[in-house]
Amino acid sequence: MRDEVIICRCEDITWGEIRQALEKGYITLDEIKRITRAGMGRCQGRTCQRILLNEIARFCNKKVEELTVSTFRPPTKPIKLGTLAGDKDD
Amino acid sequence: MIKSADIVIIGGGVIGTSIAYNLARMGASNIVLLEKNTLASGSSGRCGAGIRQQFGTEMNCLLARESIKIFEHLSEELDFDIELHQGGYLILAYTEKEVKQYQKNVTLQQSMGINSRLISPVEAKEIAPPLNTEGVLAATFCPSDGHANPFKTNFAYAEAAQRLGVKIYTFNEVKEIEIKKGQIIAVNTTRGKIYTSIIVNAAGGYSGIIGKMAGLELPVYSQRHQILITEPIDPLFQPMLMSFSHNFYCQQTPHGSIIMGYGDPAEPIGENIGSSWQFAYEMAHKITQVVPLLKEVSMVRQWAGLYNMSPDAQPILGEHPRLKGFYMAIGFSGHGFMLAPVTSKVMAELILQGRTSLSIEKKLDIGRFERGELILEPSVV
Repeated sequence: MRDEVIICRCEDITWGEIRQALEKGYITLDEIKRITRAGMGRCQGRTCQRILLNEIARFCNKKVEELTVSTFRPPTKPIKLGTLAGDKDD
Repeated sequence: MIKSADIVIIGGGVIGTSIAYNLARMGASNIVLLEKNTLASGSSGRCGAGIRQQFGTEMNCLLARESIKIFEHLSEELDFDIELHQGGYLILAYTEKEVKQYQKNVTLQQSMGINSRLISPVEAKEIAPPLNTEGVLAATFCPSDGHANPFKTNFAYAEAAQRLGVKIYTFNEVKEIEIKKGQIIAVNTTRGKIYTSIIVNAAGGYSGIIGKMAGLELPVYSQRHQILITEPIDPLFQPMLMSFSHNFYCQQTPHGSIIMGYGDPAEPIGENIGSSWQFAYEMAHKITQVVPLLKEVSMVRQWAGLYNMSPDAQPILGEHPRLKGFYMAIGFSGHGFMLAPVTSKVMAELILQGRTSLSIEKKLDIGRFERGELILEPSVV
């Protein structure tokens, strides 16, 4: 894959940035998320996590099933703070 | 894995990695750091990312002031951009009692050379225009407070420590501490035994558990604190907004996302780090009153981490008087990230030289509780 390919569309993270993190020894999804922000944007990794897992597996010579995935955190979809706060008054 | 070490540090958060770095920088060798998960997987990677000097006790002010000095050149020192941004902390007073406390705090802070000041609600609004100042009686502001990226700070310290020879083992949990005749012999981990006579407990939310392994009841406990973060938006306000009586903090990061949290006084003691919908609900309600523009901004994620509380909300630093070689940097009470730079220097000095250049003598040791010298930090969210 070319370095300039964008892996995380929400946070604009390229394969080059992911590759550098892997080469530095950050080989878990959690570490890559924390150091590059990949998977921390609006979609919360729902788009890029699968690509990332495949690439980590390839880099580490492991099967995808052997890798630990990140905790999925609420909410499922972005929600406006006003909508959340409004509910309370109903 | 290595069989023996001069010093074993337990905990791969910002406290453990920064102590490792400073020990190595001061010339110590054969240092091992053990982390049960990944680096920054605990409270360091879950914190609110704020850095402030506006505390209410002399010790917390001293540690915070010295930490900011280090933060200001830390990217260069560690050769890693930690994304420091000094947009200040704006701390709001909603009650007369709070105004009185803030006057005391500011007097203390100024006497120590911290550039905080008491300001009017009008000035507060000039500093943070989207702020709703309804009910605000006064505020304090310190422009050199701010934000840094906790992940990057944690990784920066770890990488710098490794360059100086520190060995870091992740996914390696300490299960047991072997002690014979009052002497530390070894730590048993999920990946084998390491002989050592010096242990540094930097286990954050799990430091009490590490204490128990060494047969010590440490006066700390852990409590969940929840946080949420929004999508990134254009710069809206610079400072961290904070209130103790209304119980919240909220800051826009350099990345554009807005991070916020509050402390639930009814939160049970323990190591639960699950997320609750009640938190998101209550947080959204609080913050949309303080910054109404945020009604239009979406939250994208919420999570939780542990405060490791000490009886006076100040850290416990130094060797345990009843177990030689058992050092602690624990009980940061929610301020471990911001206090790490100076704490780690102090700890390295205490371990290698038996004393520290910072005047904390007999003020932050664990013995202060037995001596009954409780000086309670009033300013915690």
